[in-house]
This record gives sequence, structure tokens and C-alpha cells, in this order.
Amino acid sequence: MDAARKKKVSRFSAHIVLIIASFFFMIPFIWMVSTSLKPLTQVFTFPPEWIPKPVKWSNYIDAMNYIPFFTYLKNTIIITVFSTVGAVLSCPIVAYSFAKLKWPGRNILFVITIGVMMIPGQVTMIPLFLLFEKLGMVGTPYPLILPAFFGIPFYIFLLRQFFMGLPDSLREAAKIDGASEFRIYWQIMLPLAKPAVLAVGLFQFMASWTDFIGPLLYLTDSVQYTLSLGLQQFQSQKGSEWGLMMAVSTMMTIPVVILFFFLQKTFIKGITFSGIK
Amino acid sequence: MKSNMQLAENKNSPKTEPNKQINITAKKSLANWRQYKTGLLFASPWIIGLFVFYAIPLFSSIYFSFTTYSILQPGEFIGLQNYKDLMKDQLFWKSVYNTVYFAVFYVPLGIIFGVALAMMLNMKVKGMAIYRTIFFLPTLVPHVALAVLWMWLLNPGFGLINGLLSTIGIEGPSWLGSETWSKPSLILMSLWGIGQAVVIYLAGLGDIPEDYYDAANVDGANWFQKTCHITLPLLTPVIFFNLVMGIIGAFQQFTLPYTLTQGKGTPANSLTFYVMYLYDNGFKFFKMGYASAMAWVLFVIVMALTAFVFITSKRWVHYQGK
Repeated sequence: MDAARKKKVSRFSAHIVLIIASFFFMIPFIWMVSTSLKPLTQVFTFPPEWIPKPVKWSNYIDAMNYIPFFTYLKNTIIITVFSTVGAVLSCPIVAYSFAKLKWPGRNILFVITIGVMMIPGQVTMIPLFLLFEKLGMVGTPYPLILPAFFGIPFYIFLLRQFFMGLPDSLREAAKIDGASEFRIYWQIMLPLAKPAVLAVGLFQFMASWTDFIGPLLYLTDSVQYTLSLGLQQFQSQKGSEWGLMMAVSTMMTIPVVILFFFLQKTFIKGITFSGIK
Repeated sequence: MKSNMQLAENKNSPKTEPNKQINITAKKSLANWRQYKTGLLFASPWIIGLFVFYAIPLFSSIYFSFTTYSILQPGEFIGLQNYKDLMKDQLFWKSVYNTVYFAVFYVPLGIIFGVALAMMLNMKVKGMAIYRTIFFLPTLVPHVALAVLWMWLLNPGFGLINGLLSTIGIEGPSWLGSETWSKPSLILMSLWGIGQAVVIYLAGLGDIPEDYYDAANVDGANWFQKTCHITLPLLTPVIFFNLVMGIIGAFQQFTLPYTLTQGKGTPANSLTFYVMYLYDNGFKFFKMGYASAMAWVLFVIVMALTAFVFITSKRWVHYQGK
């Protein structure tokens, strides 16, 4: 076998392995989409019918009427967008300070930050709840948005690693030209860190979009519910509307899938561990 | 560490005449002071966040754990009573057992599958964006929907998995309905949602310089040798990171079992995980003091495990350039 042919064979087998593995990861997703187009009577047939007959598009419209879909969608978008903006504004500037600026206590604070990353969220859950209760914010989306504006340790860590990998020479050149530290950060370093900022933004977006325990704790009035809480309402004592539930789930999943598909390369480039020492 | 060395260099560098030196040091300390100020200013959101959202809650939860605090009552100081009660609480021990069981299987399996998948997704073939998206799909599906989908897949009567097993002549267990199989079912579901860890492994694989592989190819190394002597050793810092995060994540298992069982942990509490029981105590029974004691026990367990991993890491984690 010559080299070119060998390469072709190995590429072909790579595809085979990937396709088989993909299949396992796809099944539940396909089932979700397929169920979202089935009438309730077809949901529990065995062997399962992968392509519903007839395709019941009206599930999507019924689902939007069954729960206040647009209210929940609006709530979810508000929480997701603001908390993502918060994380993307606060984490890079803190990370930059950890990576490139010198100040007393910096290294100790960074070690503490890594330590904080390891605290299970449930340890602080109760005191935080009481804090927000005292502030009168339980029953509002603020507890799900505000903390992001003050930095999230995991993201600060990721961004700091990325900034560490950027050369100092640019910063020094800009300094000689008389640029202020903030300008250097905003106009030179931050644009260079775009992949890492994107990674952090996408992480936060996904975490917020599908968050369940946060809204469960803090959103007391059903007018404020998010879609992930709304999904539960399709299950009731009277019986469950599986098709409608899956229709909403599909609508929730598709936008994130598209986002990931287009951003995955930059996203992965933004995560780097080479600076850990 | 690098920055410390740079600081030391800066301090030693001005070796000029004495009177000039004073001037320079004065200027330098002014410049330093300015940089300190900017540094602190830039870090200030997190310094505030660290105190308000982490440090103060962390320490006040110690205090709460010594009281009978609930939202309904102010509560009184009872010393170690909550901890003593915990030791006698059957369901507490059950939840510890369930959580440890889950972690012992899920964490190692998660690393093996995660690394294997990442290596597959790091191959240079066409259409990789599509494959990567497919493997990431499960982490994008809302947990509530995920729970329902798996309840169907694992249903003993009409589920796909037992259906497939029966075609090859195996009678499948009742999975989520059985005390013995409910936890393995959950491990299976969790492994399916491993995408986030895979992304981090992928990033780690991208950090390994191509030169190493080129050199190995010149020496005629095969795939297996390259994996064992280049890929895996250089991936150890990332494996280490994911191991720590995996342990923490395993001990925090909540949403999936909670939505699967509507918060009940059925059958026979075999899916009552530590944090579910903590949540019930705090927010269903309003025993917030008791729940805070549970939170602290969890904190100590997780910290001890993390410390253990850190200590052993010197033996097996290799950093590039060392």
C-alpha cells in the first residue's frame, strides 16, 4: 500500500468510528425532535416510530398556548443576556489584572480564587438565599443576574490563563506611546483575548439558559418563570403532554446548537491550560 | 512565579550613581503605586464579589450550622447538635452512600470516555464541526427534557434499550424502577452528558505542540506509542483539572436525579443524593441550620478529596517545559 492510499483508508475508518459514536449521542436528541411532532397516542408505541405519521406540527402551536411561552421565553432571555453580559464585562478585566498587572496580594488572591472554584455551590446556597431575602430580591431575577457582574472564579481562571499566554511587548509598546492602562486593556489586550472571552460568554450563556436550581430557588411567582421551569408544567396529575413538552425542549435546544456549531473552533481555542504552574 | 522573578529583577536593575538613584527609585515607586492602584481597581469587582457572594456566605453558614435557624423562626444556638443529629440520621447516610457510589464509578469512567472522545474529535477529518456539535448536543438539551427522554429510553416495557436487549435475547432490568439498577442508570445518563469536559480536553490536545509528533514520526513511533508517551503525559494537567472538577461535580449531583424522581429520590431512596437531601432540609422542611451543617460536611469531604488529589498530582501530572 502506498502512503496516499494508506492515508485514505485511515481517514475512512476515522469517519466510520465517528459516525457510530455519533449515533449513540444523537438517539435521544432525535427522539426528542420526533416526539415533538407526534400525537400523544403515538408517543408510547413499540417499536418506536421514528418518523411520525402524520407529522403533527400543531404541537408547537399548542405548546405555546399550554404555557405562557412568550412570557417564559422573555424571562429566560433577560436572565441569560444580562448574566452573560455581566460575566463578559467583569471576568476579563479581573483576569487581566491577575495576569498582567502587579499589585500586592495578587498571587495570594489568585490562589484563593482557585480555592473558591472548588467550593460546592450548595455550601453558600442557604446564606446567599438569606442575603437576597434580606435585600428583598427573592421573587425577582436579580439573584440570577447580579453575581455575574462581580466575576465568576472558573471564568476568571480560564481568562487569566489566556492573558498569561499573550506577549508583554505589545503592552509595553503602547505604554511608551502614553496609553493609559485602561486603554491598553480595552483596545489592545481585550481584542486579542476574543477567543477566551467568547468561550466564557458561551459557557455562561449555556449555564444560564438551562439553569434549573437557580430559578427554582429564586423565582417564586409563575409570571417570572423561565422555560426550564416551564417544562415541568407539562407534567401534571391529569396526565402529561409529552409531545408539547418536547416541542418546547426542541425550541430551547436549537438556538444553542446553532451557536455552538458556528463558534466551536474559536471557543475551543479560547480555553488554554498552558499557563498553569 | 514568573512575575515574582521579574519584580526582583526590576528592584536590582538600577545601578547608577547614588543621588540619581534616589530620584529614580522615587519615580519608580510612584509608577509602582500607580500600577498597584490600577491593578486593584481592575480586580475590584471580583474582590467585592469574593467577599459578598463567597466569603461572607461561607463563614455565615458555619454559624447557621450551629443553630436551629429557619426562615420561619430566628433560631437559637445549639452548638454541635445538628452535627450529632446528622450522624444518627439514616437518610443522611443513605445519601452519602448514594453519592459516593455515583462518584466512584462516574469520575474514572468520565475521564476514560472523555479523553477517548476528545482524541477522536481531535482527528483531522472533514466535517469535524458537525461531529463536535453532535457530541456536545446532550449538554445543550434542558435537564428536564433529558430526564424525561431517559425515562422513556430506560422504560422496562416500551423503552428502546430493553427493546434492543431483547432482540439479542437478554431480558433487561427495570432500570430506574429497580433499587440495584437506578444508580447505574444515572451514571449512564451522566456519561452521555460529558460534552463540557470533552471540550476542555480538546483544548488541552490543541496545546500540545505538533513538533513532538513530528519528531516521533521521524523515529517511527506508532499510534499507541505516540498516545502513551506524548499525548497522555502532556494531557495530564488537563486531566488533573477535570478530575478535580469531576469530583466536585459528582458530589453536587442534583438536577438530573431531582427531575427524574420529581424530588423524591425513588425507588426506596436509592436516588436520594446528598445535595437533594440538603435541598429538602433547607427549602422543603426549612431546617436551614441542619442543611448548613450538611453543607459543611460536604465542604470538608470535597476539600479533603481535592487536597488528596493535589498531593498525589506531583507524581503523575507533567507540565510542559519541566
